[in-house]
Amino acid sequence: MDWLAALGRVGLSFAARLGRASLLFVAMLRGLPEMLRRPHLLLEQLLSVGVLTVLIIAVSGIFVGMVLGLQGYYILSRFGAEATLGVMVAASLVRELGPVVTALLFAGRAGSALSAEIGLMKATEQLSGLEMMAVNPEHRVLTPRLIAGILSMPLLAALFSVLGVYGGWFVGVGLLGVDDGTYWAQMQSQIDWSDDVVNGVIKSVVFGVVCSWIAIFQGYDCVPTSEGVSRATTRTVVHSSLAVLGLDFVLTALMFK
Amino acid sequence: MSRKRSPSDTLVRIRGLKFYRGSRAIFDGVDIDVPRGRVTAIMGPSGSGKTTLLKLIGGQLTPDAGTIEVDGLNVHKLSTRELYRLRMRMGMLFQSGALLTDLSVFENVAYPLREHTRLSPSMIRKLVLMKLEAVGLRGAWQLMPSELSGGMARRVALARAIALDPMMIMYDEPFTGQDPISMGVLVQLIRRLNDAARITSVVVSHDVAEASAIADLIYVISNGKVIESGSPQQLREHGGEWTQQFIRGLPDGPVPFHYPAPELEADLFGELP
Repeated sequence: MDWLAALGRVGLSFAARLGRASLLFVAMLRGLPEMLRRPHLLLEQLLSVGVLTVLIIAVSGIFVGMVLGLQGYYILSRFGAEATLGVMVAASLVRELGPVVTALLFAGRAGSALSAEIGLMKATEQLSGLEMMAVNPEHRVLTPRLIAGILSMPLLAALFSVLGVYGGWFVGVGLLGVDDGTYWAQMQSQIDWSDDVVNGVIKSVVFGVVCSWIAIFQGYDCVPTSEGVSRATTRTVVHSSLAVLGLDFVLTALMFK
Repeated sequence: MSRKRSPSDTLVRIRGLKFYRGSRAIFDGVDIDVPRGRVTAIMGPSGSGKTTLLKLIGGQLTPDAGTIEVDGLNVHKLSTRELYRLRMRMGMLFQSGALLTDLSVFENVAYPLREHTRLSPSMIRKLVLMKLEAVGLRGAWQLMPSELSGGMARRVALARAIALDPMMIMYDEPFTGQDPISMGVLVQLIRRLNDAARITSVVVSHDVAEASAIADLIYVISNGKVIESGSPQQLREHGGEWTQQFIRGLPDGPVPFHYPAPELEADLFGELP
């Protein structure tokens, strides 16, 4: 019966962590009015969470789009359908790859940095110091980071998709000889605003909430030692990636019935 | 050896404090009175819960039993707003300094003033420079925390702790890891600030010589209880066996040199566990 006890312990521990994470999320939301009174806190985090992630997103978007253009061309040309390359590239990016790959890259770049920063602030007693200065660290430190993550993710995903479309265009039109007008015209006629674009944006907003929440919680809940911070950053990337991939399936099933 | 004081003399009153981590009792019925306007040292070996005591006084931890009153207010019965209002009248110097690493020395000291007052920028500048002058670091206002030595970081943290002119300051192991000069500076600063501003100081430390040099009253805690209390001289001259071992730094005594273990022969020649 040891396995049953171990299973129970894991279940209880998971429930406790989920409870703590939920309470932290509510506490961060309660910090919104305070953050709105100090918009510079949000702007600083938009810079570190969003702007500093642009480069990796941009480069990845271009290369993913180029690969899509190349692979798509080889498959579609078998059926003489290379004219629809633009649709294939754009639909893949806007519906799936844009939000998902952006979220995975966000978790690796910004999420791990958030966890490490908050974990180190905890380990060096900066968060306790704020508390003793009568400043709520959940409102002052965590809320701006959460909101910055939520606002950044759809913008980064949009950037990823746009640059990916241009990457696909460069390979398809520039290198493989697909007609330029057909590439764009097919895309324009086949990509639906609400079905494709809006659903993609909804996905990226959901991923933004989940990735930022996980990163902040892991940092805030970590054991305040070097090993604890290291574990927290690792868990951030692993949990965020799994959550994004799992949620992507659920959202896709709900959106594209 | 403890002296009786009238309630108005007492800024921090701790009664029947119990606090557990898991099944381990950190405090098991502790009573402490911190007199107003004096330097009180809480001493004890590492792991005896001295830092935990400061966190309990500051309301960052909640006791399992007992009460802690600061200036007549029961810390753990206060609402969050009331607790934060009380904390604005309490300063705390953390062992690591706890300076915000992304802000300069000036901005660190200005932080509580910007947060809790509506003073003009020029007034904040003057106040910050005065606080930094008090700790001898006015010339370092533009440095970042990463450019400071450990002693300087603690002095900046001290300037930040006194920025709002608190009624009391809690010092968490202020002397640990300091070179003799920094230690001397900190000892002098704590005493001078206490006397000049009539601040109540609670110093948690296991540095016997330094803490004894500035304390008016010492509480010695161990195994979750107050072992003894009194003035440094009283403890030196009339302290019990345990206190004598602690104050004189004797390797063996009531606190044994050896961690509890089976007989040496049994361990050496017995079977592997």
